Amino acid sequence: MNGMIGHGATLLALLIAGCGAAAAFVGGRRGNERYVAWAGRSGIAVCALVVLAFLIMERALITHDFSVSYVAQVGSRATPLFYTVISLWSALEGSILLWALVLSVYTAVLVRWSKRHSDPGDPQPAYALGTLLCVNVFFLLLISWPANPFRPLSPVPPDGPGPNALLQNSPFMGVHPPLLYTGYVGMSVPFALAVGALLAGRLNPDWTRVIRRWTMVPWTFLSLGILAGAWWSYEVLGWGGYWAWDPVENASFMPWLTATAFLHSVMVQERRGMLKTWTITLIVSTFLLTVLGTFLTRSGVLASVHAFTQSPIGPFFLTFLALVLLGSLTLLAWRSEVLRSEGRFDAALSRETAFMINNLLFAAFAFVVLLGTMFPLIAEAARGVKVSVGGPYFSQMTVPIALLLVFLAGVGPALPWRKGSVELLRGKFRWPTVAALLVGVALVVAGVRAPLAWLTFVLAVFAVGLLAVEFVAPTQARHATTGESWGLALWRVCRSNQRRFGGYVVHAGILVIAVGVAASSTFRHEQEWYMARGAVEPFGRYQVALDSVWAVHESNRDGVVAATSIYKNGSVFARLYPRLNYYKSALEPIGTPAVHEHLREDVYLVLMAYTADGSHAMIKAIVSPLVGWIWLGGGIVGLGALFALWPGAGRASPRRDAAAPPARARARPVTEARV
Amino acid sequence: MKWQQWAIPASALPVLALLGWGLTRDARTVPSPLPGKPAPDFALQTLTGDSLRLTSLRGQAVLVNFWASWCLACRGEHHVLLDAAKRYRDQGLRIVGVVYEDSHDNASAWIAERGGDWPNVLDVGSRTAIQYGLFGVPETFFVGRDGRILYKQIGPLDSSVVDRWVPKLLAASGAPAPTDTFAEGRSAGHVRLSPDFPTTSGTARRP
Repeated sequence: MNGMIGHGATLLALLIAGCGAAAAFVGGRRGNERYVAWAGRSGIAVCALVVLAFLIMERALITHDFSVSYVAQVGSRATPLFYTVISLWSALEGSILLWALVLSVYTAVLVRWSKRHSDPGDPQPAYALGTLLCVNVFFLLLISWPANPFRPLSPVPPDGPGPNALLQNSPFMGVHPPLLYTGYVGMSVPFALAVGALLAGRLNPDWTRVIRRWTMVPWTFLSLGILAGAWWSYEVLGWGGYWAWDPVENASFMPWLTATAFLHSVMVQERRGMLKTWTITLIVSTFLLTVLGTFLTRSGVLASVHAFTQSPIGPFFLTFLALVLLGSLTLLAWRSEVLRSEGRFDAALSRETAFMINNLLFAAFAFVVLLGTMFPLIAEAARGVKVSVGGPYFSQMTVPIALLLVFLAGVGPALPWRKGSVELLRGKFRWPTVAALLVGVALVVAGVRAPLAWLTFVLAVFAVGLLAVEFVAPTQARHATTGESWGLALWRVCRSNQRRFGGYVVHAGILVIAVGVAASSTFRHEQEWYMARGAVEPFGRYQVALDSVWAVHESNRDGVVAATSIYKNGSVFARLYPRLNYYKSALEPIGTPAVHEHLREDVYLVLMAYTADGSHAMIKAIVSPLVGWIWLGGGIVGLGALFALWPGAGRASPRRDAAAPPARARARPVTEARV
Repeated sequence: MKWQQWAIPASALPVLALLGWGLTRDARTVPSPLPGKPAPDFALQTLTGDSLRLTSLRGQAVLVNFWASWCLACRGEHHVLLDAAKRYRDQGLRIVGVVYEDSHDNASAWIAERGGDWPNVLDVGSRTAIQYGLFGVPETFFVGRDGRILYKQIGPLDSSVVDRWVPKLLAASGAPAPTDTFAEGRSAGHVRLSPDFPTTSGTARRP
């Protein structure tokens, strides 16, 4: 029953999405409002049907309806309710259902939004809706046919194996995929808007603002989703790391890079009418990279440690990718005439230049990651050998780019639009430079001998200093002229241009992450012991004691726990319980490391093995400094993005005559230079 | 559109061709130097106390199967071996089990419970496992009549793998394997990881 309703809903949604897309394009072309209105209604209907299919699948999972193929694949009576609910996205078919859900919700929101924000007779929203509905058609086609999760099973099995053991080992699985998908799938919306604008031939500053806002939302979710995945990997996998340049990780990171580049270049376009082709190319590439990334990791073309790589959907994805790639490139080539730049670069020392360099760096970063990800395929095609590139390639290629970006994160906002003067910059750069030099010397005195990490810290301090100046200078001015308290003045200043100051907070968050990554990857220390019960081993500033080893039985798994005490200066600093879990569906035991998290450094213990009588255990201990800064930085990024997006009274109003900045901006470049 | 403009979308075609070609490949195959090389020889004690030297089986087709009683996947695989022994014995297939990281008593009890009348040798000190470059258990080497390894299976066997490779082992004469045996299938130079092969540590860990 569940299977029939679910499959019926997806088939009906597919039909409606197809008709809606046709109605949108025809309506847009003929200027027929009724067609466009029908397309909008179909978008809402698709959303309702996919929500229904999603809920039906949840019901089937929760009620253990093993007549539904997907439930038989990932469900089990012994799995706790929470993991049963989230097992919906623990395998391929369900994850595509989640994809379709997120996509259809975005579609419905776009429909509601364009109703309020479009002028009658403007074909652009209709084309955008049509494009988005076409993307819906593809994913609905996948879940109705090759990746149908509602296939009926006969005979009905009495029980299932439960979800992949790694995925039911941490509650993070409830957070990371929805966040990531909300970001990843959301990139379809700016793509659809861009295609709509290209088809309509309307490339004025209006659409850039619209696309920018529609990119900010998925960008924020994608950032948080990537970090949640890194945190999951850190808390679950037991190697003490959070990023391994695995194809699936790269697949989420590449669109993030191009979307970030877009968010910057779009400002140049908005202010100066420049870089139009480039900006559209970035947003189109972002969507293409989400499709390419999914194709690479879900079709079995590349091997990945992530769970569901083998599937029959490869040819479907390749066809879709080919259509989107050829279609959007043809569209870009066709419209290249309309995409001429209006403005010109005035001076080398200007914010435009900073944005240009920023964009080149982000594009190079994305290309390096793409090359590394595709390299196994390229090498096999060219030389017939299996080669893959790992961490060393990515570190060598990306660290210099990342360092330059850290530098620019502070310098860019400090530079005024059009032309900066040396005197102005000297004033702004003075204190940040002093702070960076002091920190640099202090680090050397404290014994930091790793040049790349040292450089990261110093550049990050410099950049944070420059960002602080951007907050302090206008606050000071406001405090002096209005007499408001410092706090109120700061708040009013931030509220006066949320987009700009929210953006700076995001920059600060990224800098905090950069420091965390540099410190934890450079100064990590690990050791492994075969310990008897009661033994104590020295470990840097700590001692690790194995107190006892015991077994636990839970409904879905059995586990072995090692109770350990960490001593520092002779007293107990923390008690940690790393464990190994045995799942029915896994041949290998799955570890759960125990982590004592602290902003200064994490102590991370892994139970590697134990003797059958529990008298001895193999314990691995890792100390990584400043790992917590990565998660903290993620929080700052989220808050900054939220502030930038929050509807505010004093949001920077768009200026359409980009060529002529207002007189005030010339007089007071520090406070008025808007981002 | 001018013809120059068509060059932009056309530039995507090689990329798409590469991806399409990628679909025909299996990313999970891992190259191994062993297929085509003589199987490393060993002389070890069997569970029943006899001594067995691999080269004494020269001229016969042999499956060298590494297993352990603590290995869950080996349990699932055992019936495939029993079935292969039954179907191919008359045509001259021999099976040799190599017990990896396990005690004599546990291994003997395991065989007594699950059956199998082929010799199983104890690899004390895991020297043979090292010579064979073992990733973990189970792993099976298909050794031809000429003593060369024709194919290596990482992870549990299934009957399709047996039916694909055993007839080739049996067909080859005692002379060195003709080179076209290797040219025929690409997988001769590759081993295939089964989909559920553990990827986190690479080796089955003793619980």
